[in-house]
Amino acid sequence: MAAVEIERLIRLLARLPGLGPRSARRAALAMLKRPEVLLQPLVETLAACAEHVRRCSRCRNLDVRDPCGVCSDAERDPKILFVVEDVEDLWAMERAGSFRGVYFVLGGTLSALDRVGPDELGVGALLARVAEGGVEEVILGLGATVEGQTTAHYLAERLKPLGCRITRLAQGVPVGGELEYLDEGTLEAALRARQPIV
Amino acid sequence: MLAARRHGESDAILILFTFEHGRHAGLVRGGASRRLRPLLQPGNRLACTWRARLAEHLGRYTLEPLRLYAATVLDEPLPLAALGAACGLLELGLGERDPHPTLYAALLALLDRLAQRDPTWPADYVRFELLLLAEAGFGLDLGRCALTGSDRDLAFVSPRSGRAVSRQAAAPWVGRLLPLPPFLAGVGGADARQIVDGLRLSGHFLRRYILDPADRAMPPARDRLLAMYQRLAEGEERP
Repeated sequence: MAAVEIERLIRLLARLPGLGPRSARRAALAMLKRPEVLLQPLVETLAACAEHVRRCSRCRNLDVRDPCGVCSDAERDPKILFVVEDVEDLWAMERAGSFRGVYFVLGGTLSALDRVGPDELGVGALLARVAEGGVEEVILGLGATVEGQTTAHYLAERLKPLGCRITRLAQGVPVGGELEYLDEGTLEAALRARQPIV
Repeated sequence: MLAARRHGESDAILILFTFEHGRHAGLVRGGASRRLRPLLQPGNRLACTWRARLAEHLGRYTLEPLRLYAATVLDEPLPLAALGAACGLLELGLGERDPHPTLYAALLALLDRLAQRDPTWPADYVRFELLLLAEAGFGLDLGRCALTGSDRDLAFVSPRSGRAVSRQAAAPWVGRLLPLPPFLAGVGGADARQIVDGLRLSGHFLRRYILDPADRAMPPARDRLLAMYQRLAEGEERP
């Protein structure tokens, strides 16, 4: 029978995404067996993150600085604003390394089921940021789902009076994808968004 | 498919509108996975098998795609709002496991028209809402004047009885009646103004008979659809 503290550690770890009770028990045991190598550095890092990581007041990214590293990067083009659902989407774009503008993290999508309306998202902050001026293009990088695109159309409607160009990411065949294995929805979207090749 | 709620980290509880069993819920193992997410969008037509030990259990679905309607409307705000509104209203307005084959057929026809961008879809959408009311036991009587019995020049609907009233008979109460768009009385096509009147008419009775008694709000997609048509109607009326 494990001590109360160990049980609590396992219970907390099991609440993390990707971990269940069994994998949480394994992770806890690995840390407890090697406290100097795993447990202590993790404790220190968690404490540092809890103390220093904040939401960026400009883009709502997570960073230890405010404005965050992306917003304060002078090499980036502040005229192009990329709207993403969540921080993991921002990180995915940064991993791709192909975008040199700035971001805005919306914090989700409009969802009737989850009772998420415009007030629960960062819509007001986004509109205020664009209304400040200096943004020439807003790219709506939201998911190709009913909720994602409903949110995109809603944002486009609200952003339109502010006079900036509003675009969205293309939908279609992924790199390395073969038509045979694509779902019909993706194929239809790809067909509608076809482009001249010469 | 009407709606999906995430269940745990990897599964989803799906609410379907089925031909034989009406609104029906079940668990989909791996429903939150990347593989299944394109399928589990509102409005998609799926072939499903439901298995449970007892009929009253939640049970599990296995699914195959038949027609992924959601992907066909993602580009267009009006059809997307209509699809969301239709699914939202069915999810709120139908009893569990109560079959409505006529409504099912009407939904499929509406989804086909939305996917094809058939210009008659807005009128079909309003008729779909009226059919939903009728299937729920609150059908409107729009074929004959409640006061004179005449079937001519029907222009209003009583907000209390849901019965049509002719223009002449309605004269003393015009301000208290709901406009009946001519296309619902079988006259001509529907412009944006008429669609707004139609949505207001069906919306009034949906609230009164289905949403308010259950203390539920109108689906946001339905509110957006009405707001978009109001703006279109204002544009049409502007010289």
